[in-house]
Amino acid sequence: MSDYLTDFVSLFDQYDVLAAFWVNLRLTFFAALGSAALGALIALMRISPIASLRLLGTGYVNLFRNTPLTIILVFLVLGVWSQLGISLSSDFDQNFFNWAVLGLSLYHAAFVCEAIRSGVNTVPAGQAEAARAIGLSFLPAARLIIFPQALRGAITPLGNTLIALTKNTTVAAAASVTEISSLMKTMIEFRPDVIIAIFLVVALGFVLIVVPVGLLTTWASRKLAVKR
Amino acid sequence: MRSSKPLGLAAMAAAAALTLTACGGGDDGGSGTEGEGGGSGESVRIGIKYDQPGLGFRDGSEYTGFDVDVAKYVAGELGYSEDQIEWVESPSANRENMLANDQVDMIFATYSITDERDQTVDFAGPYFVAGQDLLVRADDDSIQGPADLEGKNLCSVTGSTSAVNVQEEVPGVNLVEQGGYAECVTFLESGQVDAVTTDDIILAGLASTDANQGKFKVVGNTFSEERYGVGLPQGSDQCEAVNEAITKMIEEGAWEDAVTANTEGANYSYNEELNPPEPEPCGE
Repeated sequence: MSDYLTDFVSLFDQYDVLAAFWVNLRLTFFAALGSAALGALIALMRISPIASLRLLGTGYVNLFRNTPLTIILVFLVLGVWSQLGISLSSDFDQNFFNWAVLGLSLYHAAFVCEAIRSGVNTVPAGQAEAARAIGLSFLPAARLIIFPQALRGAITPLGNTLIALTKNTTVAAAASVTEISSLMKTMIEFRPDVIIAIFLVVALGFVLIVVPVGLLTTWASRKLAVKR
Repeated sequence: MRSSKPLGLAAMAAAAALTLTACGGGDDGGSGTEGEGGGSGESVRIGIKYDQPGLGFRDGSEYTGFDVDVAKYVAGELGYSEDQIEWVESPSANRENMLANDQVDMIFATYSITDERDQTVDFAGPYFVAGQDLLVRADDDSIQGPADLEGKNLCSVTGSTSAVNVQEEVPGVNLVEQGGYAECVTFLESGQVDAVTTDDIILAGLASTDANQGKFKVVGNTFSEERYGVGLPQGSDQCEAVNEAITKMIEEGAWEDAVTANTEGANYSYNEELNPPEPEPCGE
């Protein structure tokens, strides 16, 4: 048993597990920003009074929500980068990181949009009517009245989306980003003697990242809930 | 809300039952044919790659490649006819577990013999000594070996030995890591990468498929030594018999025929200093 433990500890000298998790965290951070911005925009389109924008928003959500993430990333790298020759950075590795962030953002924006829309549904219709009554047009009403209340109601589903995003960053391996799941493959290839421990370390790493996010969103959703 | 409790319990029981059936189904699939080693009339489960043309490749219901040919020969020597062989897909990352969990009886899947792997499984062979090499476009003469890779774009498979090796050998190379060599070949064809790297015989197999005929060439300047062994469960008593079969295959010339047939059209010749190899004695 102590032999196994020595073998296991030597794994960390051999491979930089923390650096690999750091890549996942950076992917999560940038993709969260990207999907939040895009998702908010699409949510705005879906609740707007203009039918063509609503249609566009609905189309986006249905297209990206129903396409597997791997397919999106493989399409971006195999199709757009390889065949069309479009790069997102002059640095070779940064290019793939950017493609991965773009793919993750496009995919999760659909879920962010739906999370925000569910928040909009928690805002009573009277709020929108009152906004109209004092002379606010759609955009100011959305910005000043609807969204501030809607976001508070959407914290829990947004938190769920963030957790899903965190775990989905492992799919970035398909876009040639060296993150924890590709490091795990390397470790399994070279160190099959501690294969179970490798799985447990990666799983534990994600638990440590994700559990605080869950606790934080639960706390925030209680704290910020609009009391009606 | 009185009725909610029994209803909840019923729902939980139903969910649990579903989960259990799911598990049972999986188990049945796995142990459908119990392979008792050595007996005639029983089948033998052999793990191969399904996605490496020229080595282990599934084409509909046909299995082709050098690994498959060696496996068929060895199984024949052990007393199994070809229709007693049950082929099982063994991706690189699953090989040790499949042997340890008795999902396969032996593995012929470009399985390099290493000390770390030897701790968890037994190896017979080697039956081939491959070396890491480069695949380039047929009209590209600028890359003659790893030294020419500095600043070039290169593709290999995520987490593979080749990917790690080449980064140690040439730190200045731009490495793309993909899920399989088919993607790498697409990159090479479109011009976004300049070379694909892995073991020479795998590259030769890729270059000799119908779709790739004449488009690529193997550089032929190997920079590592990968001894392909036959993976056996730890403590297996089959090792000696497998080694004898491999030796016989080489002596009879069937080995040479298999290599030639599976790398046709790639302009490939194996490393003659190291091949054909002599199987190592069994047991540590």
